[in-house]
Order: sequence, then C-alpha cells, then structure tokens
Amino acid sequence: MSEQYPALLVVVPLLSAFFISIAGWINKRWCFPIAVAALSVSVWSSFGLLFRVLNEGVIVYKLGGWSPPMGIAYYIDYLNGLVLPVVSTVALLNLISSKRIVDQQFPDKTGPFYTLYVLMVTGLLGIVVTGDAFNLYVLLEIAALTGYGLLAMGEERAPLATLNYLYMGTIGACFYLLGVGYLYIVTGSLNMVDIARLLPPIYQSKAVLAAFIICMVGVWLKMAFFPLHAWLPNAYTYANSAASSLIAPLVTKVMVYVMIRLILTIFTPKFAFTTLAVSNAVVWLAVIAIVMGAVLALAERNLKKMLTYIVVAEVGYMVGGAWLGNRDGMTGAILHIVNDALMTLCVFMVVGNIVYKVKGYAFEDLKGLFRKMPFTMGALVIGAMSIIGVPPTCGFFSKWYLIVGAISAGHYGFMTALIFSSLVNVVLFFRVFEICYFEPFADHHGHNNHSEGMDEAPVTMVFPLLIVAAVLILVGLYTGDIVNHVIRFAIPEAMA
Amino acid sequence: MLVSLLFVPILVLSGKRPNVREACTFLAAGLKFLIVLSMVPAILNGTHIVYTIAEVIPGVAIKLRVDAFGMLFALVSSSLWIVTSAYSIGYMRGLKEHSQTRYFCFFALALSATIGVAFSANLLTLYLFYEMLSFATYPLVTHHQDHEARSSGRKYLLYIVGTSIGFVLPAMLISYSLAGTLDFASQGFLAGTGSKPLIGLLCFMFLFGFAKAAIMPFHSWLPAAMVAPTPVSALLHAVAVVKVGVFCVARVLTGVFGTDLLLSLDLNVPIIYIASFTIMAGSLIALSQDNLKRLLAFSTIAQLSYIVLGVGLLSPKGMTGGMLHIAMHAFGKITLFFCAGAIFVATGKKNISEMIGIGRRMPVTMAAFFIGSLSIIGMPPCGGFISKWYLVLGSLQAHQITILFVLLTSSLLNAAYFMPFVYKAFFCKPEDSMFENKVQEAPAFCVVPLVITATISVILLFYPQPFLRLARMMVQSISGV
Repeated sequence: MSEQYPALLVVVPLLSAFFISIAGWINKRWCFPIAVAALSVSVWSSFGLLFRVLNEGVIVYKLGGWSPPMGIAYYIDYLNGLVLPVVSTVALLNLISSKRIVDQQFPDKTGPFYTLYVLMVTGLLGIVVTGDAFNLYVLLEIAALTGYGLLAMGEERAPLATLNYLYMGTIGACFYLLGVGYLYIVTGSLNMVDIARLLPPIYQSKAVLAAFIICMVGVWLKMAFFPLHAWLPNAYTYANSAASSLIAPLVTKVMVYVMIRLILTIFTPKFAFTTLAVSNAVVWLAVIAIVMGAVLALAERNLKKMLTYIVVAEVGYMVGGAWLGNRDGMTGAILHIVNDALMTLCVFMVVGNIVYKVKGYAFEDLKGLFRKMPFTMGALVIGAMSIIGVPPTCGFFSKWYLIVGAISAGHYGFMTALIFSSLVNVVLFFRVFEICYFEPFADHHGHNNHSEGMDEAPVTMVFPLLIVAAVLILVGLYTGDIVNHVIRFAIPEAMA
Repeated sequence: MLVSLLFVPILVLSGKRPNVREACTFLAAGLKFLIVLSMVPAILNGTHIVYTIAEVIPGVAIKLRVDAFGMLFALVSSSLWIVTSAYSIGYMRGLKEHSQTRYFCFFALALSATIGVAFSANLLTLYLFYEMLSFATYPLVTHHQDHEARSSGRKYLLYIVGTSIGFVLPAMLISYSLAGTLDFASQGFLAGTGSKPLIGLLCFMFLFGFAKAAIMPFHSWLPAAMVAPTPVSALLHAVAVVKVGVFCVARVLTGVFGTDLLLSLDLNVPIIYIASFTIMAGSLIALSQDNLKRLLAFSTIAQLSYIVLGVGLLSPKGMTGGMLHIAMHAFGKITLFFCAGAIFVATGKKNISEMIGIGRRMPVTMAAFFIGSLSIIGMPPCGGFISKWYLVLGSLQAHQITILFVLLTSSLLNAAYFMPFVYKAFFCKPEDSMFENKVQEAPAFCVVPLVITATISVILLFYPQPFLRLARMMVQSISGV
C-alpha cells in the first residue's frame, strides 16, 4: 500500500471529484463527506511519503509502470516531501472549517463547489509531486482553471477580478509551457532529472538561457511577484471565504516551490547563480516587492485586502531568500513555504470566521471583536505574531534564516527590507487589534463599558483554526528538527 | 517559569468566581516564589541549573540557565508578584474595575515572561521572552480601553517593539553571523570576531534596542504608560518591565560582549555618559512634575540608568552596585507606587498639589512613602544606601571622578523632588491641609503590601543577603575578582 502513496495522493482526489459531482445531483449532503474522505487519504499519503523519504531517500515512482523519458515519473525528494503534507493538511483543515460557509453562502452550488475544491487540491498536489516538466504544466492548468472557478464564486466584483487573474495567469502558464518547450527541443526529454543531466554541456546556448528566463517569468507571474502581482489583491479579496482561504495559502507557495525546483533540480544552482548572474538584481526586486507590499497594505482600510498585500510581501521574502544564493537563504525560503502556508491559512480562516458572523471585513466591521469572538481573535493574535516574526512562532525562524542568509551574502538591503516589513506588520496588525479591542470606546477608566456577550463562530470553524494556531507555535519550536532532518538534505551539498 | 504559564487557563476558567480566581493567582505566585527560592542554595554553592526547551536552530536552542544574576532578578520579581497580587485585589475591587480576569491572566503571563528573561541562557531565549513580555503587558497598559489608553498603548508599542525589532533583532543576527553562537559566556562571545566599528555599532544597537531600560531618548513610553492601573504601573514599570530592560542590557554587556572587549574598545566611556545624561535629565524633569505617578516614572528612568551606569563602569564594585540596585530600587519604588495607588483609591487624588496634608489622613501610607523615598535617595536606614555606596566605590575604582559628581548631584536632586512632598504631607498648618483630620487609610489589601515592602527596604540595609552575595558571585564569575 505504501508503495502506491504517490499515486493515491493524486488519483484519489481526482476520482472523488467525479463522485462529488454526481453526488451533487443526487443528494447534496454526500458531497462533503466524500471530499473529506478523499483529502484525508491525501493527507495520509503525503505524510507517509515524507516518512518514506526520511527513511529511504529519494523515491521515484513510475506512473503506470512506464519508464521515463516516455512515461511520467513522480519524483519525491526532501523538498517536495516537506511541501506535500503542508498542502494536503492545509486543504483538509480548510475544508472542514469551510463547511458552514459553503452552506451559508451557496447552498445550491454545493456539488460544483466541492468538485472544484477537490480538483484544485489535486492540481496543487500534482504540481508538487511530479517529476515531469510537462506533467507539471498539465496540473498547473488544472489547478488554475479550478481556481478561477472557485474565486469567481463571490461578491459582485469577484467575476471581474477573476477574469483579470485568468488573463494574467494564462499568460504565466503559457510562458512556462514555452520554456518547457525549449527545454524539450534541446534535450529531447521532459523528465526533470533527465533534463538536469542533459543540460550542463549546453548551458551557454541561448535556448537554455531563454528557457530559464521564460519559465522564471511565468512562474513569477503566477506567484504574484512584484511587479507582476496586480491580479492578486482583487482576486483574493472578493472571492468567498472558503475559496480564498484555500487559494491564498497554497497557490503562491506552490509556485515558489516550482521556482525552487527549477533552480535546484532542473537547472542546478551553479547555472542559476553563476552562469546567469542576475541574482543580485532579483534580490533587489524582492526588496521592492517587500517594501511595496508593506506600503500598499498600510493604505488599505479593509482587513482582507490588507492581508493579500501581506501575501505579496511574503512572496518577496521567498524569492529574495532563494536568490541570495547561499544555504541559509535557501533554507529560509523553503522553511517559509511551510510557515507562510500555515500563517496565511490561519489569518484567512480568521477572516472567514469574521465574515461568517459579521458579514463584512472592512475595518469598521471589526469593532469590539475581542469581546465577541475571543477565540478567533486569539488565533489572529498568534497568526499576527507569526507574520510579524515573534518567537516562538514559526514566522520568526524563517525570518531568522532569511536575515542570516542576507548577512552572509552581504545583502544588507534585503535584511533592512525584512526588518522594515516586520515593523510595518506590527503597525498593520495593531491597527486592527486597536479597533477590535478598544472600540466601541468606553468613557474614561472604562467604567461605562456595556459588555456584549460572546458571539463566537461555530465549533467546526473555531476548532480547526485553533489547531492551526497551535501548529504555528509547534512548527516554530520544531524548526530545528525540520531544518536538520529535511531541509538540509533538500539543498544540494554544493551550495555554501 | 512554567508555573504561571500553566496557571493562565485556570485563571481564565475561574473568571466567574472572583475569590477562586484571586486564590489561584496567589497559589501561582506562591508556587513560583517557592520554586525560585528552592534553587537559591544550589546557586549560592556555585552550580548552575540548565534546561533546554527546544533546539530550534541548529546550535541555538531555547534554553534556560539559572545563574547568580538571573537568580537575583527572579527572586525580586517572584517575591514582589505575591505582594502585588494582594495589592491588585485591593485596588481593583476598590475601584470596581472591569475585565479583572483578563488583567490577572495577562499579569501571570507577564510574570512568566519575566522569569523566562531572568533564566535565559542565550540571546535568542532572552529575545523570545522579551517580546513575550512586551505583548503580554500591552493589554495591561491599555486596560482602561479609552482614548488615552489607546494612544499610550501606541507609544508603548512604538518604542518597545519598534526598538526590539528594529535594533535588537538585526544586532542579534549579526552577532550570530559573526560568532556562530548566542550562548552567554562569562567574557562574552564576541571577542575577536568583528571589526571595532562593527562591535561598537552592535553595542549601541543593543543598548538602545532594549528600550524597556528607558535610556533616553527611548524613554517616553514610561510616563505615557502611567495611564495603566497602579498595580500594573507598580510591578511592571517599577519592577518587572523596566528591570527586564536593564537586566537585558547588563546581560548583553557582560555575557555577549564581555568586560575585556568593552574595555579594550573604550566602549565603557560612551555608555556611562549616556547613562549619566539620562540620570540627570530624568531627575530634573521629575522635579517639574505635578502628577505623582509621572514624577515616579521619571524617577524610575533616572534610577534605571544608575544600573546601566554601574554595569557600564566595568569595575567590580560598580557592577555589583548596579546589579544590587536592581533589588534595592525594586523594593523602594514599588513601595512608592503602592502609596500612590493607595492615595488614589482612598482620596481620588493624583497630583501632588492636591495632596497637601495627606500625612494626617493616611499616616501609615505616607510613612511608607517616606521610607521608600529614602531608599531611592540612597540614605540609611534603607537598602538603597548599600547600592549607592557600591556605585560610588565603583566609580572611584574605575577612575571616573565625574561620575562621582553625577551620583552625588542626582542624589541631591532625588531628595529635592521627594522631600518637599513628604514635608508638606505631614507638616503643614491645619488650615492649609486639604483633608479632614481623621485617619482614613486605603483598604487593608492596599496598605499591608506597602508596609511589607517598606519594611523589607529597611531590612535590606542590615541584611542584604542573598542579593549582595548573588551580585558578588556574578561579578566574580565575570571578572575573576
């Protein structure tokens, strides 16, 4: 059974999507359980794979028994072994938490929603697990198209925002496809490990150079790396809470994973950092991304939109960290994939809870929330601490590696940007906390405070949220283990 | 450290029954004090107790280590928590404050963080608990939840979190990059690693980064934080929060840099001049204050810099004096704050100008105030005398005669802002007195604690153990003298 984990990981959700679709016509109440079951299998498989990788090393799984370069091979090493459980767990926790939102917001579209949800997770898992460059594109499109569908199910402005995303996202995917095409032309193979083996003699050729750049730009577009980020704030804000808390934590991080895969496995760090020699420029771009993300977030008076700009800044962290070119920076970037997925999930789930109860997410709607929804706000505090970078939450430790990497590389601009971002995050989140905590204002000495009762979101929404908040601290405390046992092996020995 | 952390959920749950909640607070405080006390014999014998919580970065763990200096600080905080809890009950109930459960919970959390700082084995752990303290005290400072609380809260965050993330974090990471470790060592771990300007820069980043030490110009949060309920002001801002700040500064100067490194780079000179400036300026501003709590706040700012000065002198007697002053000042200042709060509970008055003749009405309180101020000024029969004595000796030992003048002048200034108040409180013509002549103190829960701390201040002169011994031990381990 454990031999088949790679296949189960992807195939089970894929098939269950069909069943959910059918179930949606017969009896809506069956959709949710099937989805939970399918994602649970994925979670199980992904953790199983991680433990197998820790024991055995790299796993290669040939789909259908066909050998590459003709067949598609799934390739699980330390890097995606770490990312897979994150993706599947985030998806499952969010699914459980979103049930109430789905019932509340589109009771008649339950079937389609869950179908799209599970298909999207299929796509994302597939992107992470595959070892074939073209297969990645296929799953990229699956994830993208289902994502568009999910995001468009929202408020009035959602379809238009999603259309914008569709245009940009499709261009991004096409760029990636073009890059893979070039690689196929010069190497004759689509398997990642194969390509990596065949490329070094031809590193200097213009085709390879072009392939790398085009792939990179495409991926940057899909991860909303500044200045290719414009589609993200609107698309994520206006979507319904269940969709945005699935997509915001995962899609950009999976794209960062693809970028790191390109750098580390397909093209090797030597090519990316030495032959190409643009890494300094890229890190400066990341600096701009971080600063702009922070500044634009400050300008928003809307909680959800503010969080989307924070996502843009976080992408800057990861791109900058990866392109610093040293071990610590890359460790920070990979660790941040895990940490950011969790933190973003936490804060977006909080928004989901708030929207469920208060029906709005502008600052004006947040008054007195500490009293009304203490558990949700408690989780928000922990999520905020993580985004700001306060130990012992996980966010601090990825920042640690990123800053240490910046110091090692002598890139003090990046370090300053990270510190600046932390400070701005303090302001951003305490602005929100002030409104939730202080307003409505009592008179002097707080004697006139009429106390409203607690009006928390339902247990199925609060419980997963508290689990995520606890995980933020646990992952923080176990950072040493994660880095020592997993990430250390994910980065090639050659990198300093 | 874990004790109060674990008690927080219990406190939350027992919120509905005030007496149970208060009892839990006492239980937690008592337990913590007993645990700390139980470790004292081992420390006095010279052993250290080490406990690793988690190895979060390869080579840098979240680790606790109990040594003499940490023990000194822990003893002060844990003993004073018990007293403050008693006082809080009197104060909060006397004023019928709201959200008392939240108050006691965050208080417990803040004490956890304080002990965590005291027992930190390395810079990362120190930073972790320092930040935890900042965020745990925010709800306490902004307890009243009105406009004033909000703006004070902003100032608090701006100064304290801004400097810790803006200065301490990069300085810590640069130190890590230079040295590869963050564990405190008896002569620091930065020796021989960086260039002279870099080490100097790091020194200043740490000095100003720990803004809880209220070194000017990062001091303004302290007067602003006086909008908090007085027990909060008392423990946190006269004892725990600000003491954490100077403790961190002292720890970093001795454990990260080391006296040899600092002396070789002549860094002690800027440090003591910055501290002296704060002392003088703080005392001068205190003279002009009418609001009693603000006066005490500026007095604290000046007193904290005594501690920094003592450590900055880098002479054994000076460092002993500085560390000892942590304890002496704590007991003295907390008495003063308790009195201020008691006056507020009993009469509703906050400004000195309105408190003429109050000695007749609240003699016990004012007597305690008198004793507390003697300790701060540094006169016998109070413990503050010993720490000032060591500071004077330390400045002579370090051949810094100007500092001697600074110490003497500031003591005079201290007298100048305390004594008139005390005089007017007791000795005024009956017709000038603003109060009727009958004796009417604040509730017992308020008065008993302040009597206790005042008494301890006096006792400390005659029996300054174990604080003096702990301070001496620490200095011995640093400089071998």
